[in-house]
Amino acid sequence: MTVKKVYIMNEILISHLLPGENATITALRGGCGFQNRLRSFGITEGKKVRIVAKHPLSGPLVLEVEHRQVTIGRGMAQKIKVTREA
Amino acid sequence: MKTIVLIGDPNVGKSVLFSRLTGVDVITSNYPGTTVDYLKGRMVIHGEPVEILDAPGTYSLEAANKAEEVALSLMDRTDLIVNVVDATSLERCLLLTVELLEKRKPVIIALNMWDEAQHHGISINVPELEKLLQVPVVPTVAITGEGVKELIDRLDDLRIPDRMENSGEDQAWIRVGHIVRKVQTIAHRHHTFRDRIVDATVKPVTGIFAAIIILFSLFWLVRFIGEGFIRYGVEPLFKLYLVPLTKLSSWMEPGFIHDVLIGTLIDGKVDYLQSMGILTTGLFVPLGMVLPYIIAFYFALALLEDTGYLPRLATVVDNVFHRLGMHGHGVIPVLLGLGCNVPGVLSARGLETRKQRFIAITLVSVSVPCMAQTAMIFGVLGHSGAKFILLVFGTLLAVFIFLGLLLNRMTRGESMEIFLDIPPYRRPCMLAIVKKTWMRVRWFLAEAVPFLFLGVLAVNILNVLGVIHYVSIHVTPFMKIWFGLPGEAVPALLAGFLRKDLAVGMLVPLGLSPEQLTIAVTVLALYFPCVATFAVLFKELGVKDMLKSAAIMVSTALVAGGIMRLLLIK
Repeated sequence: MTVKKVYIMNEILISHLLPGENATITALRGGCGFQNRLRSFGITEGKKVRIVAKHPLSGPLVLEVEHRQVTIGRGMAQKIKVTREA
Repeated sequence: MKTIVLIGDPNVGKSVLFSRLTGVDVITSNYPGTTVDYLKGRMVIHGEPVEILDAPGTYSLEAANKAEEVALSLMDRTDLIVNVVDATSLERCLLLTVELLEKRKPVIIALNMWDEAQHHGISINVPELEKLLQVPVVPTVAITGEGVKELIDRLDDLRIPDRMENSGEDQAWIRVGHIVRKVQTIAHRHHTFRDRIVDATVKPVTGIFAAIIILFSLFWLVRFIGEGFIRYGVEPLFKLYLVPLTKLSSWMEPGFIHDVLIGTLIDGKVDYLQSMGILTTGLFVPLGMVLPYIIAFYFALALLEDTGYLPRLATVVDNVFHRLGMHGHGVIPVLLGLGCNVPGVLSARGLETRKQRFIAITLVSVSVPCMAQTAMIFGVLGHSGAKFILLVFGTLLAVFIFLGLLLNRMTRGESMEIFLDIPPYRRPCMLAIVKKTWMRVRWFLAEAVPFLFLGVLAVNILNVLGVIHYVSIHVTPFMKIWFGLPGEAVPALLAGFLRKDLAVGMLVPLGLSPEQLTIAVTVLALYFPCVATFAVLFKELGVKDMLKSAAIMVSTALVAGGIMRLLLIK
């Protein structure tokens, strides 16, 4: 698998977003197996996400992708790159 | 005989469909990971008997946990695959479908939750989807049975699909994206006020608040139903039952048979709790003291499961469970374990790593008392005051946390982070709730009552043979010094291996002080799992880890019991 490196303006980690913010997924990082796992939950490039909740003390994030919610650990969230939406 | 397997993502309704097809009753709920083992059923299709397998849910053909391993192991055994797909989240489900199509086996797709998809403004062009995937696609609503007949009808014309036109290096998820764009349209939906309320249950502050309120109301519901059954159902019935029993007792000659059936007379009278006969204690403990709470608990649990609240609870408690070496999903083994440790231990299969499963299983079997035991603890300590009951459960909670922190440090291996699908809230169907409660109650009656009879019989035989007397004499000094308990409590500890509820009941005639009783029931809860749990521990952990787990239990019981004795008995 080749990973194309494209620099996208204002790309940040999804873990840096605040609850209530919307974003578009731009890239996934991490191993192939891990990326497939994210994709099987609907987390793929180009998808719009909303941060439903963010738990303190490095707790999990709750994301909403296409009307479905997913809880993911903070470490995993640090492997999802997004651009913020208005 | 042909074999058909039902495969699909977790929580898409495979088990509901399985139950529809085969008529076999299975436990179904609204959270991913309800089914952790496969189930077999049979049905007749066009005059031919067929074996149907219900697999645990899996997101892909690479297993991420034990339950998924079970699902994938079924793939080779099957002639035909029914791929159950959630129509409300087509894209993610099709990822597995595309992988399945490459297995070179006949596939049919059940596009389940079709009604809910329409309700959400999702429309799917089924003929187009069939054309693109080259396999039959049948919209179904497994809960009502809609579309199931058509699904069966079309099982006939199944063939192995041609290889999908693979446009070079395109990965599966890109292909799925193309397909979904062609067949699915979603009506735009605004974020409503109702959504905001729903979201509050996964947010940190409001979520914890909601969790406390929900769990407390369920606790009161269990008490309310349980006590109601006892006061208005069980007690009057057993009062009536005492009359023929007393007659039988006076008619029979004293001796071994009398001891086994009726037991010893307490103050010259038959006492259905304390006499220790099959017809007295053997019936009263499971039916009179435990059953009402079992019914109440499983009713409340079914409500919790079917609404879809559990994955939200798992999210809210993730922070705590993460520090105990698991993640939020670990709350499911705990909750199921509060009913019976056996399904609790089994549900740990939903956790990803060996370390997490070992910790979850050990913590459940050490410090989570099953409902049978809890009911008895309330029964025997209730008169002494809430303080003592709180002391027992407070100790168990403290053990859960301390042991979890300790095991997290001492167990080698990885702990994965939480990664959990949150299904939409659904209004539970009362009929389904009642049915599920009844299935679990039936299971309790079938498993627990014979073991209780066996326990009573064993205690009587050991008593006659003098074994209990012998053991009691020899361990009395230790029991006195370490736990502050008389040697007569030993038979209860021995019986606890068969049934914990019976063991708690056996403490009653000893005339212990409330403090001693508190220590005794806590030690009983901690020291060893009952034989049924022990068997699943062996199955799930293997010999080595099971022995490790057992060693942890015994030492925990010694330490916690010893500390309680120092603090409680002057």
